[in-house]
Amino acid sequence: MSVIDVLLLTHTFTSGPRPREDKQTKKHPETRMKGSPVLSLLLLCICSLYFVGLYLFMGGFLLVRLEVNRTSTCGDVLQPGQEPVDFCHTRPRFRRAVLIIIDALKIDFAQFDSSNLAPRPYENKLPVVEEITSSRPLHSRLYPFHADPPTTTMQRIKGFTTGSLPTFVDVGNNFASSAILEDNLIHQLGQIGKRVVFMGDDTWESLFPKKFYRCLPFPSFNVKDLHTVDNGILQNLYSTMTGNDWDVLVAHFLGVDHCGHRFGPDHPAMADKLTQMDGVIRSVIDRLQNDTLLVVMGDHGMTDTGDHGGESLKETDAALFLYSPVPLFPGPPSQDEPDIVPQTDLVPSLALLLGIPIPYSSVGQVLLPLFPPHDQAEVAPTGPSQLEALWINAKQVNRFLETYSSMAKDIPPPRLSQLKAEFARLSSEYLATVGAGRSPSPQLTASMQAYLTSVRETCRATWARFNPLKMAAGLVILAFACLMCYVLSELSFVLIRENARRLKAPAVVALAVGVCVAVGQLLTHGYIEVAWCLAAAALSAELLFFWSVYRTRTVHVAKNGSKPPKWTNWLTRRRLLIPPILVAFLRCASLLSDSYVIAEGRVVTFLLLSLVVYTPVHLNWDGLLLPPSYDPLKSAGLLPSPALSPSFVRKESSTLLACVGLLVGSLYLSLSFHGCREEQGYCQPSPFLTPLSRLQDSQMKNLHYALSVVSLGVWTYLLRHCLRHYGNLNSSGGAVFTARWILPLLSTCLGLHWAVSATPEDSFRNLGEMIKLAQLLLPRAAFCLLALGLFLICLDPLTVFIKTRATASARNSSLPLPRYRASTGISPQAELHHLIPQIYQRMRRSLDDNEPSVGSEVDNRPAVEAYGLGTVYSAPLLLFCGLLTLGMLLLHPEGMALSFLLLLLEMGALLHIHASATTLRGLQSTYSGGFNVPWAPIVMWSLAATQFFHATGHLPTFPSIQWSAAFVGFPDGHTGTAVPASLVTLNTFASHILFAVSCPLLLFWPLVCEARGSRGGRAAGDEGEDAVMEMRLRENPQQFSSALLQLSTRYLFILGAQVFASVSAAAILRRHLMVWKVFAPKLIFEALGFVLSSVSVVIGVTLVLRVDVAVARWFKRLIPDSSR
Amino acid sequence: MWDHEIRAMASTHAILAASVFMATVLPAVFVPGFSVYGTHLLWLYSVSAAVTVVSVAVFWLLGVTPPTKKHTLGYKLSRLFRSCLYFFLSCLFFHTLVVLYGAPLIESALETFSLAVLLTSLTTLRCLCVLGPNIQAWIRVFSRHGAMSVWDTCLQITVACTVVGAWVGAFPIPLDWDRPWQVWPVSCSLGALFGFLTGLIAAPAWIHYHRKHLTYKCK
Repeated sequence: MSVIDVLLLTHTFTSGPRPREDKQTKKHPETRMKGSPVLSLLLLCICSLYFVGLYLFMGGFLLVRLEVNRTSTCGDVLQPGQEPVDFCHTRPRFRRAVLIIIDALKIDFAQFDSSNLAPRPYENKLPVVEEITSSRPLHSRLYPFHADPPTTTMQRIKGFTTGSLPTFVDVGNNFASSAILEDNLIHQLGQIGKRVVFMGDDTWESLFPKKFYRCLPFPSFNVKDLHTVDNGILQNLYSTMTGNDWDVLVAHFLGVDHCGHRFGPDHPAMADKLTQMDGVIRSVIDRLQNDTLLVVMGDHGMTDTGDHGGESLKETDAALFLYSPVPLFPGPPSQDEPDIVPQTDLVPSLALLLGIPIPYSSVGQVLLPLFPPHDQAEVAPTGPSQLEALWINAKQVNRFLETYSSMAKDIPPPRLSQLKAEFARLSSEYLATVGAGRSPSPQLTASMQAYLTSVRETCRATWARFNPLKMAAGLVILAFACLMCYVLSELSFVLIRENARRLKAPAVVALAVGVCVAVGQLLTHGYIEVAWCLAAAALSAELLFFWSVYRTRTVHVAKNGSKPPKWTNWLTRRRLLIPPILVAFLRCASLLSDSYVIAEGRVVTFLLLSLVVYTPVHLNWDGLLLPPSYDPLKSAGLLPSPALSPSFVRKESSTLLACVGLLVGSLYLSLSFHGCREEQGYCQPSPFLTPLSRLQDSQMKNLHYALSVVSLGVWTYLLRHCLRHYGNLNSSGGAVFTARWILPLLSTCLGLHWAVSATPEDSFRNLGEMIKLAQLLLPRAAFCLLALGLFLICLDPLTVFIKTRATASARNSSLPLPRYRASTGISPQAELHHLIPQIYQRMRRSLDDNEPSVGSEVDNRPAVEAYGLGTVYSAPLLLFCGLLTLGMLLLHPEGMALSFLLLLLEMGALLHIHASATTLRGLQSTYSGGFNVPWAPIVMWSLAATQFFHATGHLPTFPSIQWSAAFVGFPDGHTGTAVPASLVTLNTFASHILFAVSCPLLLFWPLVCEARGSRGGRAAGDEGEDAVMEMRLRENPQQFSSALLQLSTRYLFILGAQVFASVSAAAILRRHLMVWKVFAPKLIFEALGFVLSSVSVVIGVTLVLRVDVAVARWFKRLIPDSSR
Repeated sequence: MWDHEIRAMASTHAILAASVFMATVLPAVFVPGFSVYGTHLLWLYSVSAAVTVVSVAVFWLLGVTPPTKKHTLGYKLSRLFRSCLYFFLSCLFFHTLVVLYGAPLIESALETFSLAVLLTSLTTLRCLCVLGPNIQAWIRVFSRHGAMSVWDTCLQITVACTVVGAWVGAFPIPLDWDRPWQVWPVSCSLGALFGFLTGLIAAPAWIHYHRKHLTYKCK
């Protein structure tokens, strides 16, 4: 055990209780700053501003729709009369259908312009369409087919099978699998017993698992491969068609899309591909029978560069070609035909033509020209007439609307009631018409169509359109919140001195404005939209805050005349243009490019490394890294500081450099724990990410297990060693109990759990039950221990060991001033070290006795030795983080133990670098009077949080979420969703949470480390009066509070700037090809990470305040005791 | 006196820049198929060699190198040997640093080392020329008050520009533009070289502009 110098902390009890608090109360009699929850509340308010901004933006950007998991059945498709008719068993118009989907078949590709003599490679390459539509107008038609954004293949397949408007987040959708759970055409066809044969793009297989009678999927991932899928289809298509074991045939060709991605539309390869498709359509038409309908369609279009995903006309307008060997349309194309067919409209039309119920959540409208008019219904083949089709459609849409609005409230209520009234009117009119047997008026048809269109428009406005106003409001609120954090961090001292009085008014006004807006909305619209109330409240609070800051500034300037107060120049350029801020800015800027988001793990490591290397370089630039021995004359002349002992500086610099080396090494090693994104084709995911149970080679398994356990052991040892080193393991409080017993027990649990979960299922057959039980019990026991430990820390966070020395002697003469001691440990050596000064003191005392005593009125107060007082704030926090880390490690794969060890090392190295840098700076500059944490360590801290997000195998994509975390301790699954969701969240954002909770350590560490010798030289003069280590914080409660506030607001500022950058990226690039693949998931992860980090910051600060309360109570108890 | 030194510095830098230019152009005449992207390593070596030779020659001729205390041949030889050793060690140092910054460890190690050689010849070599093989002096030079002559200030500026250039040169690597200059280590070496050239221009200009404020301690 290492022993640090004995620390003497003298609190003279002679002049009453510690004068510090008295002074404070004299200055501000109304306040006791520290320990009051003002700080936490303030931070919570700031966080809630951010949350409101994020909520608003997400509300406008992420279009959320609830999935209705109900299905239509044959019985509930209602015919005109009220009597139930089994819809499915009437003879359908078509028995069979061939659905040919040519991916990215733009309408331009299908149109034929005979006057165009020099066609481009993509023009006039499908002459078959033109030939058939002109020669057989009753049999065929070509429409522009309007897809809804996002125009990506998977969303489009979802769109034209369910008839709904898919959004980015379909709540209710299972993230783990992409299967469509909503009612859809394929499901309905299967229900009625139709044999659906599928061939082509393998996306379908994952969307409709086990729904096909026969399925021939081909890999679609390689965009450069133009032919595999198409040739695979062509090998099977014709033989299947001539065979008789199918009713509906779906063929999805990918060649055109891949050709677009690879070469763009304007390329000879596209001409070849389209010509091939022309041949395909011809051959299919030749093989069609009379009872079969042919649908040729594109799922989306493409831009001039061959990409898609956005919502430009070129991407949304695909082609739809309908053909049947029997007449399909009542007449040749006429004026009242639709110009453009929305993609959703295919679903009800196909359903009614094939005689199946319209899928439950379809919002499409039947394609009217496909159905015979009412007066021709008798002549025409079977199936519903136009009016009947519309009626069935309208009833289904109305039913869906009712179900949906009962589940979700995102459709505006006035609009909803308007639609309902419209439907009631239509239904009564229709029933009257049919009941009377009259032929329906054209107005009825028109108003039914209008009703269906308005329902679709309402739904689209709710689900498929960004809300730019909300997005802008969210952006503005976020930007202001960032700025507010910055201002707060610069003004923290002033604010704390005023007891945050300035912040009360904005809070009150915000509440008032929010309520006012709510009341206003209630009066004008009759309902409340929470988002806007929150927005108004947040915005007014922010503006009022800025105004009050501005006003105080001007008032100060006016009062002080020529001499402006010190803090007025807080927004000068010089303070912003420093490398740490530059690095933070680069980090934010990197979120605006998809390449950098994809390579985020490496980008963050690069930036962090740069900042780490910058630290010693900058110190050297300021001449602080080396002792100024080269010029003794000058240093002697200009720097009178006696503390500048070269050996001390050299020691401190070597610590700094060693820590830089350690940090750089662990950064480099941590790169090998990264996972891989889908976009990084060359990348191999880290072998440590696979759970042990999946490893085949038993030797490898043992090696991995041993590595994990060793790193876990080292981890626990390091943490305990650190605590013991500073003498925090001596007393018998709750926190110490946790550190002594719960921490090792928890690690043991963890190691055993890994061993058990790695056991192969078939070995130890007779122990199977035991293993199962252990798998259940061990993690749960760990969770319980963790909860107990955290609770104990919060309950009794003091780790101070008091040793009351008996009164030195019976004589009450001339005692030296009683003093208590903060020491770093109790060990034989330490005892010895204590003993020697004590003996010396006694000797001195006995000498003093001879003199006439001045302090004779001071009677025998016992001296109190307090061990571990120097780290009284940081020890509980460290322990808290340690326990939390163990808990999070439990949720990770075993191999991550190594990564968590690196995390600990990196954290320690960062803290030591910060501490050494502070000490070195403090040596030369005069004492600044505050405990301000500069920007560089804070930026490094936040970068490290992101870096370890990646180094624990996480990525900002949905497929990379480690779902197995949900089953730790619950191997048989869950009943609810709250527990697994929180487990997965804890797993995913482990590093964000850890770094945020431990953020206050940045404030404490320089004080903790300063014990290593600087005080000896520096405080030599006034040794008796100076507090050391973290007691200095206690000495200056105002500065402590303001430093804590500054630290947390700075951290929140950096995090907020990151989230703001991510939000801006999503807002600016919302039409970008990669928005749904890269930016939107990144935004969600960043936002969630921010929410958790900010909450954790508040938790960390609250814990510090809790410790402060406990320390205050401890002193109160101590002082009367000792003065008695 | 200062104007004289600044003029000497400007002409030195002009010669250095010209040598870089010649090192790019001359091989294109003699080596068939030479291009900066295509035969990048060859270009790297030619530039490094040119800069090395020209710097050593110019600084030796100018007599900037600190006077040696002893004039024995053995001492000079040991200085030369130490300089070579430092040069090599600095290559290794840069190589390690670049690998730590994320360059691949094993594959394309040759490319990484070539970059290290270029960086060394642009930065360390200058230190060697101006300050001699004296690491203490090197560390001292890179502090705010460490410069003891115009040449030291110039050294600060060029080295900082080169390193920052190489650092910035790494930025475009992750982008998916598929350009030939994004291949490792082309962008970094180009960045370093552009930084160096910028430093060559910036140093005399800065010193000229600030010549009134610059004061140096005597050696």
